[in-house]
Amino acid sequence: MSAVDNPKQPAKEWEPNIVGFACNWCTYAGADLAGLSRMQYPPNVKLVRVPCSGRTNPQFVLRAFQKGADAVLVAGCHPGDCHYATGNYFTRRRYLLMQRMLEFMGIDPRRFQARWISGSEAPKFRDVVTQMTEEIKALGPNRKLREEI
Amino acid sequence: MKRIGVFVCHCGSNIANTVHCEKVAQVAKDFPGVVLSTDYKYMCSEPGQVMIQEAIREHNLDGYVVAACSPRMHEPTFRKCAARAGMNPYMVEQVNIREQCSWVHADKEKGTEKSIDLLRMGVAKVVKNEPLYSTTIPVTKRSLVIGGGIAGIQAALDIANAGYPVTLLDREHTIGGRMAQVDKTFPTLDCSACILTPKMVEAAQHPNIELMTYAEVEAVDGFVGNFDVTIRKKARYVDFDKCTGCGACTEKCPKKVPSEFEMELGVRKAIYTPFPQAVPNKPIIDANHCRYLLDGKCGICKKVCPTGAVDYEQKDELIMERFGAIVVATGFEQFDISAYEEYGAGKIPDVITGLHLERLMNASGPTAGKIKRPSDGKVPEKIVFVKCVGSRDEAKGRPYCSKACCMYVAKHATLLKEKMPNSKSYIFYMDVRTPGKNYEEFYARTQNEYDAQYIRGRVSKIFQVGDKLIVRGEDSLLGRPVEIEADLVVLAAGMDPRSDAKDLARTLGISYDQHGWFTEAHPKLQPVETHTAGIYLAGACQGPKDIPDSVAQASAAAVKAAGLLSKPELTSEAMTALCDEAICSGCGLCQSICPYKSIEIKSVNERYHGQMRQRRVSNVNQGLCQGCGACTVACPSGAMNLKGFTNDQILAEVDALCQR
Repeated sequence: MSAVDNPKQPAKEWEPNIVGFACNWCTYAGADLAGLSRMQYPPNVKLVRVPCSGRTNPQFVLRAFQKGADAVLVAGCHPGDCHYATGNYFTRRRYLLMQRMLEFMGIDPRRFQARWISGSEAPKFRDVVTQMTEEIKALGPNRKLREEI
Repeated sequence: MKRIGVFVCHCGSNIANTVHCEKVAQVAKDFPGVVLSTDYKYMCSEPGQVMIQEAIREHNLDGYVVAACSPRMHEPTFRKCAARAGMNPYMVEQVNIREQCSWVHADKEKGTEKSIDLLRMGVAKVVKNEPLYSTTIPVTKRSLVIGGGIAGIQAALDIANAGYPVTLLDREHTIGGRMAQVDKTFPTLDCSACILTPKMVEAAQHPNIELMTYAEVEAVDGFVGNFDVTIRKKARYVDFDKCTGCGACTEKCPKKVPSEFEMELGVRKAIYTPFPQAVPNKPIIDANHCRYLLDGKCGICKKVCPTGAVDYEQKDELIMERFGAIVVATGFEQFDISAYEEYGAGKIPDVITGLHLERLMNASGPTAGKIKRPSDGKVPEKIVFVKCVGSRDEAKGRPYCSKACCMYVAKHATLLKEKMPNSKSYIFYMDVRTPGKNYEEFYARTQNEYDAQYIRGRVSKIFQVGDKLIVRGEDSLLGRPVEIEADLVVLAAGMDPRSDAKDLARTLGISYDQHGWFTEAHPKLQPVETHTAGIYLAGACQGPKDIPDSVAQASAAAVKAAGLLSKPELTSEAMTALCDEAICSGCGLCQSICPYKSIEIKSVNERYHGQMRQRRVSNVNQGLCQGCGACTVACPSGAMNLKGFTNDQILAEVDALCQR
């Protein structure tokens, strides 16, 4: 029953759902460090652990949008610091192409972001997650590409 | 459908404070595949693990998910726990509800909600997990050291002393490398040859070391523990079994060539040993200058050789050997100063480099240790040093510091004053960097006791007037221009990577930085490993280094190599890429993206409409693959998959996260 049907119950504020792909060596470690440092950030971004940001197939991103994600974050080691030497360079190239393609398809480029967050950059992880959540909240739910459920 | 267990950990109060663990476990009961879902105070504790193991047996679980701390923390614990109960350890997934949930979200409702989402993701993944097995690889208990400079010699000695056979390879025809060219060493002013040559001899005579000089690495196949290395043994035209090293041939050879070892300040013959203490101390013929080999006239060396060792018919020989570990110690090249036209470098003969000065100072050098100007042989009185030539200079493409120059210039100034008390050294510098044991003290002595004048500032121009060299620069501390009439100018040329370092890196499958220095696996925690397992770095090939640093790194690399060789066998990574040959089209995109050269294209025979045909498919070497998954994304047909992180698994995770 939606809020419109039941005006007595206050509408629960809409929360964006953001899928994050985090490389095991840098960003996932950075997120762990944010936890160890007890930093607080909104719970909207949920991380899928991948060995390398270069493992993130564009297909995964499309699938997330299709299944109802409001935004997707791909995050890995800083260029030059990839645990696997070159993986994040491919991520960077793919990300640039992918973002343009998504924009062409009508998806706001802010809904697909790539960030380089090292294992020591817990504050950066917190800031990226917080900022992205706020941005997507302002943009509202994503309707494009979405399978009607 | 697999039978999945779910275990939610309270981590004392760490998780339970901000997540309703009971509720999470309750909700998880309805996830597809879950046959058991429970929570407990400490899952990683002994009773917690026993509880999991009992549940595995009792409920006949195929896999389980534990919602607890970060998998980076306890994944190995829970995998081992599964193995103890007879479950394949890779049938376990750990969901991070502590570091990435309870500790970062104060709101218990939101924390619980996120935990449920994350757990749904974990269950969706584990349902698609397959048992994985790591394989074992045998180890060839021999090591190859490429480069016979001080780093290579040290690494070879250390590995040999640990009890493993070593082949020490050098492309030159003697070992010794750059250090052999150096006169004295800072900060103790030991004579370089006096401390190096005993090590060279020790290496040559060590029962575990096979010396292979005048040889180069042609190709490297295989992987950690089993590298098949093709080595080109270049033709020496002298049979070393017969040669006694008497030197009669060198004496009689009529052809004189500028000596590379003497920085072209002296001459050598076409049949020669580069320096008196060379190891092996037997001559070879330089085919580019030998009169007989060039136009068939001469042949004197063959006539005078008492043992008949000269053999003009010798050819390059290719041999293939297998090694378990490789240490790369190929060193550096001195920066080519001719890029500094404003300093007259390469045009004015009395503008020389640090290595030239080393040879001029050396008692066995071309001037027998007398400092004489290359142009007219006059003894110089005023000597100007210019530092950071080919270092810390963006315009010349060398933004890095070469590390050793500050100290070698201080050493030169000290030695010049000792040799010629009337001389005076002027040193133009940007900064003086002396971060080493007893380095700063040495530098202070150079200034205070040896009267070297340090001038802070860059030199803008050097030109010749009569037989003097005018050095024009700026004293940036006084803020005024300076001009010095010098007799000799020494440019403290920095270090460059070997010009063919990139070729060797490609042959070995290791990476290099934008300048050509080989890159270590981690700048702080894996400074001697490369990204390719079983290949280690020593000395200046990894970046500019002085002798103490090179030796230290060589010993570190030797320990890594010996540690690898000491293992009876290696366990390979279980989460590796795997090619589905049925759908692979053999396009080879995965091959070019793989940073470990672990993918090869092979041919398979298959039956097609009743006929046999050949087809090209990718093949992943399980020993080399490190499981990054780059190939899986490059693959246009989806034939490549990464075990443990398959496309299906990640898509299931994405679906689970979006399903709310």
